[in-house]
This record gives sequence, C-alpha cells and structure tokens, in this order.
Amino acid sequence: MIPGSFEYHRPSSVQEAVGLLAKLGDDGRAIAGGHSLIPMMKLRLAKPAHLVDLGGIADLKGIRADGSDIVIGAMTTQHELIGSSLLESKLPILRETSLQVADPQVRYMGTLGGNVANGDPGNDMPAVMLCLGATYHVMGKSGERRIAAREFYQGAYFTAIEGGDLLTAVRIPVPPAGHGYAYEKLKRKIGDYATAAAAVVLTMSGGRVANCSIGLTNVAETPLWAEEAAKILNGSALDAATVKRAVAAAEAITAPAADARGPAAYRTKMAGVMLTRALARAKSKARG
Amino acid sequence: MAKSQVAMKVNGATVEALVEPRTLLIHFLREELRLTGPHIGCETSHCGACTVDLNGKSVKSCTIFAVQANGADIRTIEGMANADGTLHALQEGFREMHGLQCGFCTPGMITRAYRLLQENNNPSEEEIRFGIAGNLCRCTGYQNIVRAIQYAAAKLNGVPFQEAAE
Repeated sequence: MIPGSFEYHRPSSVQEAVGLLAKLGDDGRAIAGGHSLIPMMKLRLAKPAHLVDLGGIADLKGIRADGSDIVIGAMTTQHELIGSSLLESKLPILRETSLQVADPQVRYMGTLGGNVANGDPGNDMPAVMLCLGATYHVMGKSGERRIAAREFYQGAYFTAIEGGDLLTAVRIPVPPAGHGYAYEKLKRKIGDYATAAAAVVLTMSGGRVANCSIGLTNVAETPLWAEEAAKILNGSALDAATVKRAVAAAEAITAPAADARGPAAYRTKMAGVMLTRALARAKSKARG
Repeated sequence: MAKSQVAMKVNGATVEALVEPRTLLIHFLREELRLTGPHIGCETSHCGACTVDLNGKSVKSCTIFAVQANGADIRTIEGMANADGTLHALQEGFREMHGLQCGFCTPGMITRAYRLLQENNNPSEEEIRFGIAGNLCRCTGYQNIVRAIQYAAAKLNGVPFQEAAE
C-alpha cells in the first residue's frame, strides 16, 4: 500500500508551520507522529497534497512546570511521557494512560498533540484531558488561542481546530498532592482501541470525596466528561449505592457505536464497569 | 512530484539518495538499498515485521516516510551481527531456544528486542512480553521468543542462562 503523491515540507518554527498551513488551506495537513495519518494515507482515505512535518520544530517538544500547571509540547511522544519523572510525580495518570496506548513502537512515534488533536474518539488522551481540565494552546493566523479541552471536541474527527490552526501545547493544572487517579481501559488485545475506558481523578478528605472528575473514552462520537456522575460522588464515601447511582448517570450520557468491539449496549455497560473499577482504584491511591 | 535528497546512516554506512516524498522507509530499505531483512507484513502498523532501530527507537518502517528519516541513524537485522561476523547474542538466542519457526517475524522481533535490552538489560518475563507487544508471531506462541530474549540478556550480562522452572 502506497500513499498518494504529496509535497513534503519541514518547517523549523511554529510560525513557519502556521504560515504554511494557512497558505495551503485544505490541501495541507500537519503530520506529527504519523501513526494515525500515514495508515489513512496508505488506504487513500486521506490524500493531502502537502504534508507539513512538525518533526523539526524544537519548540513543540518538552515537558515543563509553569506555576501550578504542567505544559507539554504537542510533539512530545508517548514514550517521553512514560519516561518523565516530572509527570510521574505530579501527573501519574498520564504515564498510566500512555502505557495503555497502542504498542511500544507506536509509543516511540505517537505524540500527545496528535492524540488529542486528531479527534478520533478511540484515542485515549482526550478523555484524560477532559478529566484533568486541560487547556490546548492553538496557534493560528491571528495569534494564539487557548481552548478548554472540555469545549474542543465537536464530533468524530471534528474539533475546534480550524484551517491553518496548529495545536502547539497542552496545559494541565496539577491536581492536589495525594490525589487518587486511575485510567481503566477494556480492550480486546494490546494495541487495540478501547471497547470502553474511564479516567478518574479524585481527592479525598476525611474519608469522603472532596472533588472528583471523570472522563470516558470511545463510547460516543467525542470523549465524554461525566459531570453529573462526578457531582453525585462529591461528598460521598464512595459507598456502593452512591457509586451505582453515579455509574448509571455516566452510562446515561454514552452513545457508543456498535462495531467489532461489541454492540452498543455492551459498550455502555463496559463503560460503567471501567468507571466502577477506576473509582475503586483511585480511592485506594488517594490520601485523606 | 519533486524528489527530495536524503542522507542517512544505515548499518554504519552513509547512504544518499533521491526519494519521492511518498516513499515509505520500508520500501526504501528493501527496494533501493536491497535490505530485505525488514519484512512487509500487515502494512497497517500492527505486526511489527518491518521494525528497525532508528535514532535509538524501535520504529515500524512501514509507518514513516523515507524523507522523514533524513539524517537518521538506522540499524536493520542486516547490521545486527557482531563486527567479527559472529551472531549477536539475540540471534544466537533465537537459534538456541528455537525462537522462530517460519522466521517471517524474526528480523522485527530481534531488532525490537535489541532496543528493549538497551533500555532494560535484565527484563522480567512480563517486561519482555509487554516490550514485544508490537510484534506479532503466528507460529511460536511466543514462549520460545521470550526464552530467546532471556538467553540473550543472560549472555550479554555474562551470567549463565537459567530456564525458569515449569
């Protein structure tokens, strides 16, 4: 399988890349790790006339603390997320999630920016970003915009990204020390997209939930932020009856497609099971 | 479509060529450089038969364009043997432990295992299995591949290889 012909561009700065993307319009496509785009090009489902390779832009790399946030460059790979000691201490849910993305070879190439910007409902990071309340830095013709992850996803492969825009970084507020977290993913085999998955971050105080946030993967056209479910859990001791009510609220907002991973009703139920497990594991990790 | 000039190091030798941007690295390696060790299996980034070592990373060469490898340092199975021509410990391990049957996945398995052992010189069985999860084998059931990698790790560490108790 050989992709269609295209012209190759390798800008060395964000400004140059944004200029190219703006000029090329619908004919241009940014390529990050390429592990979603190149397979699509081989199948001729994507036929960009111009590829703008982001691999040569040093400014898109790296993980840094910025006040109470952590800012991760869009071209940071899953492999680099896994190896980061800063993330391991401040945002361990990212490492846990990255380890469940695809396989080792894909993680060496696949980037956080590509994972969150592509808009594929099967990608794992978007739900984690909704859960964490992340913000995306998007550079366009008229300068930089900051878009909340919770407002970014509009449909399968449709996002707030417009022609000429480039997602340059992901900004994540660091959860309080002692928070509990878990990303529970059901998949048929290593490397598969989720049948359903749930991300949970919570803080406990005196044995009760002080704050809780939940994201769901691949059970709708977009990642889901389960706000109602989290509200039900706040103030509770995560007792079985409350968890059951919250899980029902989370299941209620799902609208999965039926595919090789199972019928829609099954995937909704599995989202509930993943959430139940993620809550239990997050609680066991939380202090307070 | 304009061709691009690329230069890269492959198995220690510098190569230069003109490539069409859409040429995948696996096609460049096999058809231009005649390095047919990396195999084309699934062509959909699943099977890992095309794995090569690229700038210290295990990369599926069917999912990167040759033009993106400009300036890279690449090692394929053809560059795996020791300088004196003897087999690399991994190659020896695959032979001694019967780590292959048809052999189609073996070049990818060995180049991937090479990087795995560079990053973790004494992996547990679980770490080996997780580390080669991007490489599919349809013959062996993986048991002997895991043993082959354990054999190589022991040899590289200068310790006797001990089979795990059944």
